[in-house]
Amino acid sequence: MTPRLSAVGQTLRDRLGAQRIVDDPTELETYACDGLANIRVRPGLVVLAENAADVAAAVGACADAGVPFVARGSGTGLSGGALPHAEGVLIVTARMRKIVAVDPDDGCAVVQPGVINLDVTRAAAPYGLHYAPDPSSQQICSIGGNVAENSGGAHCLKYGFTAHHVTGCSVVTPDGEQVRLGGRAAEYPGYDLLGAFIGSEGTLGITTEVTVRLTRDAESVRTLLAGFESTDDAGAAVSAIIGDGVVPAAIEMMDALAIEAAEAAVGCGYPAGAGAVLVVEIDGPLAEVEHTFAAVQEHCRACGAFEIRVAADDNERTLIWRGRKSAFAAVGRISPNYIVQDGVIPRTALPEVLRAMTELSAASGVRVANVFHAGDGNLHPLVLFDGRVEGAEERAEEVSGAILDLCIAHGGSITGEHGVGVDKAKHMPRMFTDDDLDTMQLVRCAFDPAGICNPGKVFPTPRLCGEVPRVHHAEETTPAEIF
Amino acid sequence: MLTESSDAVDGVPVRYAARPTSTSDVADVLRHTAAENLAVVARGSGSKLSWGRPPERADVLLDLSGLTGIVDHAAGDLVLRVRAGTPMSTVVDTLAPAGQRLALATRLAGQRGPLGGTVGGTIAANPPGPLRYAYGMVRDLLIGVTVVRADGAVAHSGGAVVKNVAGYDLGKLLCGSLGTLGIVTEAVFRLHPTPESTAVVAKTVGSGDEATRLAVAIRHSQVAPSGVELNWTGSGGTIAVLVEGVAGGIEARTDALVGLLGGDAEITALPDWWHEPVAGNTILRAAVAPTGLGALLDAMPDSAVARGCAGLGTVHIGLINPSADLIVTLRKVAQAHDGTVWVEQAPAAVRQAVDSFGPVPALSLMRRVKRQFDPDRRLSPGRFVGGI
Ligand SMILES: Cc1cc2nc3c(=O)[nH]c(=O)nc-3n(C[C@H](O)[C@H](O)[C@H](O)COP(=O)(O)OP(=O)(O)OC[C@H]3O[C@@H](n4cnc5c(N)ncnc54)[C@H](O)[C@@H]3O)c2cc1C
Ligand SMILES: Cc1cc2nc3c(=O)[nH]c(=O)nc-3n(C[C@H](O)[C@H](O)[C@H](O)COP(=O)(O)OP(=O)(O)OC[C@H]3O[C@@H](n4cnc5c(N)ncnc54)[C@H](O)[C@@H]3O)c2cc1C
Repeated sequence: MTPRLSAVGQTLRDRLGAQRIVDDPTELETYACDGLANIRVRPGLVVLAENAADVAAAVGACADAGVPFVARGSGTGLSGGALPHAEGVLIVTARMRKIVAVDPDDGCAVVQPGVINLDVTRAAAPYGLHYAPDPSSQQICSIGGNVAENSGGAHCLKYGFTAHHVTGCSVVTPDGEQVRLGGRAAEYPGYDLLGAFIGSEGTLGITTEVTVRLTRDAESVRTLLAGFESTDDAGAAVSAIIGDGVVPAAIEMMDALAIEAAEAAVGCGYPAGAGAVLVVEIDGPLAEVEHTFAAVQEHCRACGAFEIRVAADDNERTLIWRGRKSAFAAVGRISPNYIVQDGVIPRTALPEVLRAMTELSAASGVRVANVFHAGDGNLHPLVLFDGRVEGAEERAEEVSGAILDLCIAHGGSITGEHGVGVDKAKHMPRMFTDDDLDTMQLVRCAFDPAGICNPGKVFPTPRLCGEVPRVHHAEETTPAEIF
Repeated sequence: MLTESSDAVDGVPVRYAARPTSTSDVADVLRHTAAENLAVVARGSGSKLSWGRPPERADVLLDLSGLTGIVDHAAGDLVLRVRAGTPMSTVVDTLAPAGQRLALATRLAGQRGPLGGTVGGTIAANPPGPLRYAYGMVRDLLIGVTVVRADGAVAHSGGAVVKNVAGYDLGKLLCGSLGTLGIVTEAVFRLHPTPESTAVVAKTVGSGDEATRLAVAIRHSQVAPSGVELNWTGSGGTIAVLVEGVAGGIEARTDALVGLLGGDAEITALPDWWHEPVAGNTILRAAVAPTGLGALLDAMPDSAVARGCAGLGTVHIGLINPSADLIVTLRKVAQAHDGTVWVEQAPAAVRQAVDSFGPVPALSLMRRVKRQFDPDRRLSPGRFVGGI
């Protein structure tokens, strides 16, 4: 441990009490990675924050000593965003689990950052409300992590991402100050710093309280499962539905390999012999839904669906979703190891990109299972390999990287929801120019001039914040407020 | 590149003008003005150059009205890429034949209210439209942006796909920045299908409290409206709810709404005040927690008019030569409901008597952002919060 870090440790033991500090090497090891488990770094020190003051104290001590720090929520991130710093402090907000307020009339809830995503919806349920962003990890991931990653879920096609549902955040900035960005009102004058903070992957500060918008539960929800011969046919159905002006709550696609895995894991009973299935969900006012749902079935049939199953009740709906939701983990049944890729393409490019992926897979002998958010073109190719076979992991990595190339070549993005983290920082220059990245880092320099807040994430090369002329702008004054 | 000009921006004289027609033109101008230490004020159609405070200096008027054109309308992807000087009306006209719309820029049958301005001006001024209840503001629909920095560097963020978390979202920072952070030259928006059918239900309201109660009732109902607008004149007003959807579904929803609102609620044509700017030489913009709207309305003098989204607690307030005390009082009422009131437009006397923006939390962070992007304060200096 560096002398600076041990000084920070001493300060924090004095101020927060030894029970909030983890410094035992074995215990520290349990924090060495997030959901991206192949990259591990044992943190120098862990602080288990109970409230905003703890977070401010921890960040303040780091700032004073010039020691790096990283925030961590539930640690389910898939891009290594919460990967610790070996000579730094990992500030865990998972214990900050209080739901401060649920206010149905204002349509909002105020929660601490460690609150689990699904618990917000549970707290809102008695009022017929829910929290719309629903990552597949919603039973375990925290709101603080969601804010940092701008997380989405199957239903963000219609309802949008975290950025559309968070109206306020209390933030401890990297110099240890506590500021409030946004609030319960729909807008505030000034720069939209909240908009910049959401999705910044823990590099602009640590949020200690979040105000979220709650969404009315839909009057009616209809879900169907459609079996197609091929991903081409299923892709055509997606285009036909969207092209008809329908905005479904969700459209998810799984290919044959993903279906095989889900079948092996949970026996979801998807149509036998399907080359692809679509899960389509329509929600909204009853009369609206009935009409639209009929149209969706028409489109599926016209595009060659050989079987359409309509969920008759909640049970059947859960059954349809079970196959989809289990797919990531289920792939473990058909392959000892796999890489979860996350890329985005314009949805009209789906058939072409899926075909190119099939060719890529055939040429390399690496199997790729596809399960993804088809409605918004967010692919999650699962690249399968057997880690015991020499060179297999490298080949899988190559295929995984080539898939990102496909996304970029089609005008897409290298990540739709899992974030850049450490995993994809090296890919950023494939999507952005030096000036693009440099400009983004101006924001970082404004929040974190010392570069101590989650360093090494998102950007391949850190910008030296340097000395911006800090001359005092005498003219930058405002007329006195009259109270 | 620069021509002499005798124009003015909000009363501040201009020395030169430039009319770039491409992003690289804009970059050339900004490199030049950086070298010459000239202050630059962007202009789209010039309709809102008096929003915010007058700039401290405006050496160069950067006229973006020549930077026009739809770059790409990817109808199948519901995405539009457009240059910043393009009139919003062109956006509407381009999308309509494809049965699509940018939910900011809609012209409903019977609507008179504004659809002026350019794409860049709309991003920089961030005006709220009546569909914000369902679709949000510019920030919620802008998925990619090209911006030229004060030093002439060109940067992009976001992209042309709806779902994308690669890198920081610079677009959000530019929304409402009134030209103080960078010059937007191109924008990419998420589009929505134009609904098949539209209906409006309106009801008169007699008090601020009633307006709030009805807005809350609508929030708890299954009507799923696109707009919940209020027109307030003096001590009462009208609430008008826009319902959109498939032809077969709309009747059941409007019937439910009429029942829910009660009283004189009825299905009507789009009211003539829909999206019309409020009258008055002073326009305030207010946003409060939705349940606080009633208190704000009740605090307004009878001479005031207000219009906006009752469902979200955001309104424009129109006044004639208001006293500083009145603005400060309204601001205090709003602050009690986690919101604030700021001056969008006002005569010089009003702007001198009261801080246009009021106390802004996180102002020092905003200053730091400004210093990073524009350390020499050459982009619309003094125009924004805290004299940024
Ligand atoms: C099985 C599985 C399925 C998943 N499905 C989805 C999905 O459908 N959609 C999706 O978007 N993601 C998904 N994810 C990824 C992950 O769950 C999300 O990124 C989630 O938001 C991370 O939350 P967390 O609490 O686990 O954050 P962590 O992993 O602990 O941290 C993630 C990032 O947030 C930062 N952070 C954490 N807390 C704070 C705070 N209080 N303030 C500031 N920064 C903070 C960290 O520094 C880090 O950069 C999935 C993950 C798994 C394992
Ligand atoms: C949804 C919606 C709601 C509206 N509501 C109202 C309303 O309630 N009342 C009303 O009067 N009008 C309203 N309008 C009109 C609207 O306010 C103007 O059209 C728009 O805000 C200004 O456009 P402009 O091109 O005239 O901008 P300008 O007036 O030319 O510029 C406005 C500001 O933006 C800056 N700017 C302009 N272009 C750029 C650029 N490319 N990059 C950086 N900064 C730039 C300028 O410096 C200035 O500070 C509305 C429009 C829409 C779309």
